[in-house]
Amino acid sequence: MNDELHQAAQSFNRVAPDVDFWTLRLTDENRESISVRQGVMQPVYNQRARGALLSVVIGDGCGYAATSDLSVSGLKRAARLASDWAKQAASLGLLKAGDYPRPEHKARYETPVQQDWDALPINDKVTLLQEANRALKISDSIVDWQAYLGRRCEDKLLTSSAGAQIEQRFHYINPGLVAVANKGSLTQYRTGGGSQSSRQGGLEQLALLDFPGAATTLAEQAVALLSAEECPHGRMDLVLAPSQMILQIHESIGHPLELDRILGDERNYAGTSFVTRDMFGSYRYGSDLLNVTFDPTHTEQLASYAYDDEGSPAQREYIIQNGILQRPLGGFSSQARAHMQGVANARQADWFRPPIDRMANLNVEPGNQSVADIIAGVEHGVYMETNRSWSIDDSRNKFQFGCELGRVIEHGELKGLVRNPNYRGISATFWRNLVAVGNEQSFQVQGVTNCGKGEPNQSIYVGHASPTCRFSDVDVFGGAA
Amino acid sequence: MQDYFYQLSDTLFKQLRGEEQLLLSFEGEDSDFVRLNSNRIRQAGCVSQRSLCLDLIEGKRHAEACVELSGDMAQDRKQLTDILEKLREQRAFLAEDPYLSFATEINNTEYHHDTEVIDSHAAIEQILQAGSGLDLVGLFANGSQYVGFANSMGQRNWHSSANFNFDWSCYLAKDKAVKSNYAGFDWQQDKLAAKIDACKQQLAVLAKPAKTIEPGSYRAYLAPSAVEEIMGMLSWGGFGLKSHRTKTTPLIQMIEQDGNQVRNLASTISLREHHARGLAPAFTGTGFIKPQQVQLIENGRYKDCLVSPRSAMEYHSEINAGSEYPNALDLAAGNLVEENILSELGTGLYINNLWYLNFSDRNACQLTGMTRFACFWVENGEIQAPLNVMRFDDSVYDLFGSNLLALTAERDLILDSSTYGQRSNSSMQLPGALVEEMCFTL
Repeated sequence: MNDELHQAAQSFNRVAPDVDFWTLRLTDENRESISVRQGVMQPVYNQRARGALLSVVIGDGCGYAATSDLSVSGLKRAARLASDWAKQAASLGLLKAGDYPRPEHKARYETPVQQDWDALPINDKVTLLQEANRALKISDSIVDWQAYLGRRCEDKLLTSSAGAQIEQRFHYINPGLVAVANKGSLTQYRTGGGSQSSRQGGLEQLALLDFPGAATTLAEQAVALLSAEECPHGRMDLVLAPSQMILQIHESIGHPLELDRILGDERNYAGTSFVTRDMFGSYRYGSDLLNVTFDPTHTEQLASYAYDDEGSPAQREYIIQNGILQRPLGGFSSQARAHMQGVANARQADWFRPPIDRMANLNVEPGNQSVADIIAGVEHGVYMETNRSWSIDDSRNKFQFGCELGRVIEHGELKGLVRNPNYRGISATFWRNLVAVGNEQSFQVQGVTNCGKGEPNQSIYVGHASPTCRFSDVDVFGGAA
Repeated sequence: MQDYFYQLSDTLFKQLRGEEQLLLSFEGEDSDFVRLNSNRIRQAGCVSQRSLCLDLIEGKRHAEACVELSGDMAQDRKQLTDILEKLREQRAFLAEDPYLSFATEINNTEYHHDTEVIDSHAAIEQILQAGSGLDLVGLFANGSQYVGFANSMGQRNWHSSANFNFDWSCYLAKDKAVKSNYAGFDWQQDKLAAKIDACKQQLAVLAKPAKTIEPGSYRAYLAPSAVEEIMGMLSWGGFGLKSHRTKTTPLIQMIEQDGNQVRNLASTISLREHHARGLAPAFTGTGFIKPQQVQLIENGRYKDCLVSPRSAMEYHSEINAGSEYPNALDLAAGNLVEENILSELGTGLYINNLWYLNFSDRNACQLTGMTRFACFWVENGEIQAPLNVMRFDDSVYDLFGSNLLALTAERDLILDSSTYGQRSNSSMQLPGALVEEMCFTL
């Protein structure tokens, strides 16, 4: 329990405005990061962000005010400012009174942690990072290398005029390894050890993310890529490791299914969607093998929670089942506007930004093939892992993605490394070419820590988990060389 | 705000012990954000935030923290006193930092451009009135921004600005839309109306049947807002000394000779970081004063890097920037006048906006990205049809090198509308570019 947040909530209760409804979201977030680059300890960084976002509903209007002043006078001022905006929105707004969430639940949730961040003293953490640095610097070809370790602890308390009191504490761990290799004007790099797969939990997650164990392998791969062939080009089979599948899911399933995009809110910035409301329930998004869930139940995944920031309870739902589109990624407000069922995914990235529809955890469910079987089924293709480049159109249809590392597959066997592997396609057809889905053994929980969206802009953690997957007839190519 | 920051600073400096030094870097804003959709208010509110970053130094050992201030002196003093103690405890476990660098000469500066904040509620009424009948979507942001610096040696710096940034687009149907922006310090209703009228005129052209081009190379004109996207990608590691020394710059072929000659851009390309523009603070977060400008590319050849205090120590160079990511780029104008753009383009693509760029081959400075918003097919100098979105994949060495035909004589000052974490104070001043070939793939 965060006493300061509870005190602020109690203070606000005493001076709460006489309005149709109010919701107070209080956040207290602590971050710490430690990094060693080229054997040199970088400055230790600590951050604390604490503040409140008050939403007020008056008639058909809603307004918000965010403040770091949690005193009675500060919260009273916020109430006045939010009310001013609510009054203007009441006559000029897009939404109606019934479109706004009115949370009333009482609940508590905390990320399970086995080994607390503070269980390892800071000098031991530095020693761990120094050892990782030594493991990364395997030759003169490695021109830059770094190991880092961060944590984030976020306390959230949501209260409302209907008596809601939802208290959640999230623990995140953010490790990573980077190796940069160079020869003349050719540079290749590898990242790993959790760099694209932060998790909720404590230090027990490090071993699961192969941190720092992956260091030497990553450095060896970066060096080997310098002398690797360019990725072949042509239409061929493509096998994607979970470290690239997360990006493929994120960009060409997650974003196009966000209901606020479909409703047009994002058209000036993040974009619209090729998906329309009439497609849900019948549209074939992918092959029969494609099963996608909104799943807040993997406690170690980045966006697991009990309630979203509109106070809606979160539960697992199928978004795509046997290839057919089922429901959008939309929270209470979007569901009310669209008259559709969605999921509990209205989230705020920071204490000073209002909730909007986000992906949270969006996963491709495991199939029944081993990775060996998937590779064995490829006559001519490329295997790719770890995303390094992403680009997609504003309707989330035409995409082009690149990876750090590729391997040629010939006659059912993995062959040598290839560098600069890229591929491009169209979301509306790409997933229909999903021809093999890996089993539980290849299923990995990862995520994205910099998903950007919204006006004003918000960058948020989202989780993705996936097995290794194979796609047929994909346009694959290498670099410009 | 300035007085509060300085008073708080003084109370912290009094708590220092022995040979300790303390650097304080302050950022804050009081902003209104009104999100619009269908020419109605979608989400409206305001944000007050103030963060203070502390760097507690003793010799070459130091530790850093950033905290949100409440604005209440007693509360903030207690919070910061606790933080100072935590930093002292951490520092004891840390090795000396060989690259620690902070200003030791006293250079006080003060800049105020925040005497009058426009009324957001009134501005919204005007926007919705001017946009009547349009499917207008976007964000209106308005308010005051503050940046301050103080150190225990007595230096004080302050930069504050009150400004607005209205970024919007008007939709015809599906993904067919016109993008526009009105940003500055002095809100004028007639300027807003003129910009919205210009959108209406372009919407009329967008109503024509759209053209889908086949993959291939096309002659193209890139408007300044499209050039901005390319410069934004180059900024991602292109100009920092650290990225050059660690060989991760996308401009590596401009600086590394690898059997062949280094690659250069067209001789008409001169690019500088123009600190003197004054929209961002003149001081860094460690108290250094930025030079007026840094010439990054001159006559198509790479010249100087942006050098942060930390890189300056690591690579034995001179500090010329707070960070190695530019925030005041300036690309020199050319000689193509606006009224001749369409006739010089002849037959090809008129590209107003690009979107979601990334590197398809960083070593070759090869970019991919999409066309977006109002882009047109032009024949014999006349706009014929709107374009359906297309993906390009091309090298900056070609687009701004061998294939560059001309840069425009007129340039746009583009104020960044980004609001990640806080409202941006970055800007770019850019011409448009006429290119002989631009490669489209999907």
